[in-house]
Amino acid sequence: MCGIVGLFLKDKSLEPQLGALLSEMLVTMTDRGPDSAGIAIYGGGAKGHGKITIQSATPDADFKGLDAELGKKINAKVSSTVKSTHAVLDVPADKIGEARVALAELRPNVRVMGAGEAIEIYKEVGLPIEVLKRFDIASMGGSHGIGHTRMATESAVTTLGAHPFSTGPDQCLVHNGSLSNHNNLRRELIRDGMRFETENDTEVAAAYLSSKIAHGQNLGEALESSLNDLDGFFTFVVGTKDGFGVVRDPISCKPAVMAETDQYVAFGSEYRALANLPGIEDAKVWEPEPSTVYFWEH
Amino acid sequence: MHSTNLATSPLHQVNYAPKVFDLSKNTLREFNQALHEVKDASTEPNWEVINPKGSHAVAVGAEHPISIDVQGSVGYYCGGMNQLSTITVHGSAGPGVGENMMSGTIVVKGDASQYAGATGRGGLLVIEGNASSRCGISMKGINIVVRGNIGHMSAFMAQSGNLVVLGDAGDALGDSIYEARLFVRGSVKSLGADCIKKELRPEHIAILQDLLDRAGITDVKPEEFSRYGSARTLYNFNIDNADAY
Repeated sequence: MCGIVGLFLKDKSLEPQLGALLSEMLVTMTDRGPDSAGIAIYGGGAKGHGKITIQSATPDADFKGLDAELGKKINAKVSSTVKSTHAVLDVPADKIGEARVALAELRPNVRVMGAGEAIEIYKEVGLPIEVLKRFDIASMGGSHGIGHTRMATESAVTTLGAHPFSTGPDQCLVHNGSLSNHNNLRRELIRDGMRFETENDTEVAAAYLSSKIAHGQNLGEALESSLNDLDGFFTFVVGTKDGFGVVRDPISCKPAVMAETDQYVAFGSEYRALANLPGIEDAKVWEPEPSTVYFWEH
Repeated sequence: MHSTNLATSPLHQVNYAPKVFDLSKNTLREFNQALHEVKDASTEPNWEVINPKGSHAVAVGAEHPISIDVQGSVGYYCGGMNQLSTITVHGSAGPGVGENMMSGTIVVKGDASQYAGATGRGGLLVIEGNASSRCGISMKGINIVVRGNIGHMSAFMAQSGNLVVLGDAGDALGDSIYEARLFVRGSVKSLGADCIKKELRPEHIAILQDLLDRAGITDVKPEEFSRYGSARTLYNFNIDNADAY
């Protein structure tokens, strides 16, 4: 099954509540997928600053002194905020690429969850309520975010198999469904130079989108292409620096409900996820059409 | 002289005030169990559910001639397997509303998600908004009336019953259909395999008029619909089609 939620705020006065609203939405979807949970949250980035969210199985050893070492290596000011198994590194926005290369040398066991000017990604094995609490998501503000709770079908239940998957700077993807041609597609993408860390089908979809974007398509075009090239069931929600998008496969058996008011656009695998949002009684509520790319941007 | 005042000495007490279940306080199990335990429907004819907030399986397996008003939107399988009850959803319904219903009536005031009325064997399902994909999939005798549009693959493998759509139908309507009747007033994006347009004869006008009346629709005439059904070319295996498999 899997459960997806997304919330894109139009009304800035709701921004301090983003983490709390998203958390409640995701917890409501727990029984669609109790294996692992993750959230991508956008906001807060000061101008010129970049963020790299990293994860480690041994955070105490890996994160200790990392900001100073990394700062020295890239010759810039680096600070870090540690949250459990994850840390967000604050680096100059124009040095994100350099910092990632240096990071791989300094801490080869540390995984990059996502990077960009606004995105932070947190994901772990466990029930949504535990994962959200571990990273204190409810206290976070932001402009928009997406969340996922997983019922694994295609690969092992691991931190790296959890969603969201990063697809590029400030971009991420969550997926409900299963792809049937992911092994073939993975081989093609490896030939194209993409690297994979799991056997997961959604990672292939994420890499597919990254590859299309690297070849010059914009995200909307890449999602259109996915309708032809990905075989299987999918409802995708993608996050970008300024907004989020939704696309469903032509059969659309994986559920999706959207709600829009003057204050927000919200996505849920089920209406239950939206039922406690402010003003939902008067929201426009509808199901996204199959094979149709939807986008909302600030 | 012997007389009886029936008005003041009823045979039993009838409580017309609805029995209210608040799903923010009562569990769904308590509500559905209470429906199953109705002993005499005539003494407790009216039921109401508040705060459903998208709950699944609301009023599944109701089997008495009672009226159930659900004040809000529901999740999966509302009114599934319904017999005799009249269920009104004052909101929208998630996937599988009225799945496998046997009799009775379900009215959805808003929209319905995918596979509304799937495998339904009888009764009337009225959707006053739009229905999503696979509406009436594998229907086996149910009558479905949709005021708005229906999505793709509706009435897939539909076996019997009537699907009446006042708006438009999506792709592949009636794919691999058996003997169900499909009536669409608007456009049909495409017909599925073995589904064809058929003549609208007087007996079909009568069926339509009856269903429109029962659905409370008075602003539409049965003559405005087109009828679709099975070409019956898939009923038997044809060796000439072997290449297609």
